[in-house]
Amino acid sequence: MAEMIKGNHAISEAAIRYGARLYAGYPITPSTEIMEYLSWRMPEVGGTFVQAESELAGINMVIGGAACGVRSFTASSGPGISLKQEGITQLYDEELAAVIINVVRYGNGIGTLYTAQCDYLRETRGGGNGDYRAIVLCPESIQEAVELVGLAFDLADKYRTVAVLMTEGALGQMMEPCTLPDFIETKRAPWGFDGKYSYKKVGIFDRDSMKEAVLMNEKHNAIKANEQRWEDENLEDADYVFVAFGLPGRSTKGAVKKLQEEGNKVGFIRPITAWPFPEEAFKKINPNVKGLITVEANATGQLVEDVALTVKKVLRADIPVYSLPYVYGIPAMKTIKADYKKIVDGEIKEVF
Amino acid sequence: MAKARKIPKIIEKPSSFCPGCGHGIAIRLIAECLEELGQDENIIFGIGVGCSSLLGGVLETDRLHCLHGRASAVCTGMKRVSPENIVISYQGDGDAYSIGLSETTNAAYRNENITVITVNNTNFGMTGGQMSSTTLQGQKTTTSPNGRDCSITGSPIKFPELVAQQFNVAYVARGSVTSPAKINKLKGYIKNALEAQINGEGYSVVEILSPCPTNWGMTPLQAFEKIDNEIVKEFPIGEFKKREGK
Ligand SMILES: Cc1ncc(C[n+]2csc(CCOP(=O)(O)OP(=O)(O)O)c2C)c(N)n1
Ligand code: SF4
Repeated sequence: MAEMIKGNHAISEAAIRYGARLYAGYPITPSTEIMEYLSWRMPEVGGTFVQAESELAGINMVIGGAACGVRSFTASSGPGISLKQEGITQLYDEELAAVIINVVRYGNGIGTLYTAQCDYLRETRGGGNGDYRAIVLCPESIQEAVELVGLAFDLADKYRTVAVLMTEGALGQMMEPCTLPDFIETKRAPWGFDGKYSYKKVGIFDRDSMKEAVLMNEKHNAIKANEQRWEDENLEDADYVFVAFGLPGRSTKGAVKKLQEEGNKVGFIRPITAWPFPEEAFKKINPNVKGLITVEANATGQLVEDVALTVKKVLRADIPVYSLPYVYGIPAMKTIKADYKKIVDGEIKEVF
Repeated sequence: MAKARKIPKIIEKPSSFCPGCGHGIAIRLIAECLEELGQDENIIFGIGVGCSSLLGGVLETDRLHCLHGRASAVCTGMKRVSPENIVISYQGDGDAYSIGLSETTNAAYRNENITVITVNNTNFGMTGGQMSSTTLQGQKTTTSPNGRDCSITGSPIKFPELVAQQFNVAYVARGSVTSPAKINKLKGYIKNALEAQINGEGYSVVEILSPCPTNWGMTPLQAFEKIDNEIVKEFPIGEFKKREGK
């Protein structure tokens, strides 16, 4: 039965039910309720909760838990996620499965407390040093966030990689009806440390980067082939296709519906995986489409880059790609509709 | 006739440390203690970045190469989820006390039930002998070419003393590798530290004064003498916090 629950609490409870047994982190708005909830909930299920001295320490505790094969995770926002990047690239490099919750807040540096999507490029391009990509899942509702927490742990285990739940400040703070999953049986990954050296490792100085590069590309290609997820509507018949994720994606869906009712031929793609980017969805788009429009909560337009690259790759045509970057917050349907009119009237120019 | 010491089972390969380096002795002692305590098939290492990393090539055990300075945090995660395993962090002074001072100190502050072994050679060995937080006043390094000036760089940090005085921990000691007698004593310290962990008494740390002849520009013998004549004056050896009832 669906119950009203706050986004950050729902994410925390879902992680427990999907078998997470180590959380380590450091408080930062708007993600703090996750660790507050887990501070009492994790001990109830016999798991480990550590309030770390910093995000650096927190992510490294996650590395320790993950190395022992335990479902381990952390959450943060803004500059806290910046500090965790060192550990995230290390998790990837050691092929450890772990989940990172980024409750995105707006801004560079210390930033602000506004809800936003300004970390899109960082999350989808890895974020730390090196060449890696993490799986990035972006929910539009609390119910979807709960489901994606489970998916994040499953995919992290399946590919021995890092999965990021890229949610937004507002989704963490708001309440919605939500059905929580049943408890799964917790078990350790077979490759986790047990003290007996059961799982042999390649020594630090015996690694072969050339071979590892081939394996890394194979892993990325497998994820791209198998794990694209999205929601779409009316792509085959659209003059304009909107692309938006998360809460702005939800708003865009509403705007598209209104525009359709008013006789406009519009459709939408809402990426659920930001990486792998849902290229498959673009195969359905009307070849005579007049333009694609991204709706984003950042200042510079980030998602638009992936949309333009995908148009080039999949549609192989010079179709204008527009961006509506609303800086922070959740754009209202009427704002999106009004800006759509400006695009159609040529008042807003394409980015690509 | 001298009695040959048995090579512990978990030592897989000879080490690749420079001649006269103290790391090899430290690792050998840890391996001997683990075997004698019956823990050599129940051990996970968090390895620091530096010459300490070479431990990874010597021992056949579960081990994770941690980011520079973060081993105490990684070991915290390991020990919390696997309390039945013995967890040791093995780090240099730069790793544990410079870049990792926060993680190292906070693990002691929380009294994590782990054992931290720091190899103090008063410089960053792996990267060519730069100044570290334990470099002595006047000591020449590649980033203190005129000798360390403590009035602008701070004075050598004494982590064991800090922990023993300030925090509620189980066991703290500093040893040296410069003579068989001192090596035997150091082995006793390491054993105490591990026993403290096995018995769930809490945090233990053993700092090891260790020669780095390569970066000190000395022969191994000169390096040993430097420790005995100079370094122990700044970093006295002994137990700073004994186990309760021991
Ligand atoms: C984040 C980061 N910064 C710098 C380095 C470069 N680095 C590698 S080892 C090292 C110093 C290690 O010195 P110490 O811990 O004293 O160990 P030793 O080599 O003397 O045993 C440094 C600075 C690194 N690997 N990572
Ligand atoms: S550089 Fe110094 S610490 Fe490193 S192996 Fe050589 S002697 Fe040992």
